[in-house]
Amino acid sequence: MHRFANPTRFFRIANAVLPVLAVVSAGLFAAGLYYALFDSPADYQQGETVRIMYVHVPAAWAALACYATMALAGASFLIWKHVLADLAARAAAPIGAGFTLISLATGSLWGQPMWGTWWVWDARLTSVLILFFLYLGYIALVNAFDDPDRGGRAGAVLALVGAVNVPIIKFSVDWWNTLHQPASVLRMDGPSIAPEMLLPLLLMAGAYFTLFGVMMILRLRGLYAGRRLRQMRLAAASR
Amino acid sequence: MTRKNQRIALIVGGLAFLGIAAGLVLTAFEDSVVFFFSPTDLRAEPVDPERRIRVGGLVESGSVERGPADAEIRFNVTDGNSTLTVRYVGILPDLFREGQGIVAQGRLQNAVFQADEVLAKHDETYMPKEVADALKKQGHWKDGESPYPDAQETGAQQTGGGS
Amino acid sequence: MGGYAAYVWPSYGIAALVLIGLLIHSWTDARRLEAEVARLRELGSDIRRPADMRGDAP
Repeated sequence: MHRFANPTRFFRIANAVLPVLAVVSAGLFAAGLYYALFDSPADYQQGETVRIMYVHVPAAWAALACYATMALAGASFLIWKHVLADLAARAAAPIGAGFTLISLATGSLWGQPMWGTWWVWDARLTSVLILFFLYLGYIALVNAFDDPDRGGRAGAVLALVGAVNVPIIKFSVDWWNTLHQPASVLRMDGPSIAPEMLLPLLLMAGAYFTLFGVMMILRLRGLYAGRRLRQMRLAAASR
Repeated sequence: MTRKNQRIALIVGGLAFLGIAAGLVLTAFEDSVVFFFSPTDLRAEPVDPERRIRVGGLVESGSVERGPADAEIRFNVTDGNSTLTVRYVGILPDLFREGQGIVAQGRLQNAVFQADEVLAKHDETYMPKEVADALKKQGHWKDGESPYPDAQETGAQQTGGGS
Repeated sequence: MGGYAAYVWPSYGIAALVLIGLLIHSWTDARRLEAEVARLRELGSDIRRPADMRGDAP
């Protein structure tokens, strides 16, 4: 872990991984979209709306994974003060907000025809909305400080406090009566989803996660360059 | 203890404290976090007829009656132990059918639940229509049941139907 | 789309819009800032890069 704290070494590896990740992601999106839209059956209850699941569920998984990344990066920044850890947390936030937005919007578009409502305040939907606000709050907080290290520390504390929401989201459907259905794939006694529907779901999940990796590396490069610019300007101003 | 270990201890301690606090709060608010009551819950506790509540359960097979008014519908909601009659006027969601889960919002008046909103609940089972028909034909699964709880016993056939 | 086209296509549209928007923003941001760093380095090659990136460096 500490080996990656050196920016030069980190970016050497990341830039080598980037094109591979991008090609894999594009391939997975192509295959995933083909199966999701053209080569998978309609559901016996939901009909064609089951196709919304293939963009909705991976977005929700990625949103949670992204938050876990952000909270872990925030914790490493607080403990070891590696600047790259702070930058990783900052890079993850807008990506996670985007994934959360996709899962909320597509869930709403599924809920209207199937449940009969765009939105309900059940434990699952409400906790995901809180996740979205945690991302927005984090972005606003880290940028509210003149000293980036102080902003990063405040953001890391918020990210860690908000991490309690992650298990709440995951288990809300088991702990309480919710309108949202329980987990179909990540559950104790195996997936309750037909294999020909699991295939596009997993392909799309792979596509989302590799795209997450691509965007993380790009955002980290941008944030790192921004930090160097700041230091160059400070150095120039102090002469 | 080094500064770094102090920070780790502080973070771990803070998170543990926060987790316990969140757990306590959620336990305390359990009833308000619950999205709906079951017919059995409503039987056990008298409810103010003016209070707007939600009731959830399965639509009892054969209980759905339409009319007399336009778009008026009556059906029984069951949780296996108790049933409750629901009356609703309006458009039903596409997933509403006998044997499926629903959540109705409204008021409990004279032992009839006067719903002003009916939402369909979806279960976690996803499969193509042909597979569902095949499973029903083999008698592994009836309407309104998830085919998966008994998947352990009939695992071999179930996998055959699902492939 | 079995009568659900009005829900399925907008779902894919929103997902595509958000993901492509995020990707383009990440990409152009990185390019722009990296180009700016390179430009400033050309201008004053005497400004050396700090040895480590700790915030207390400057």
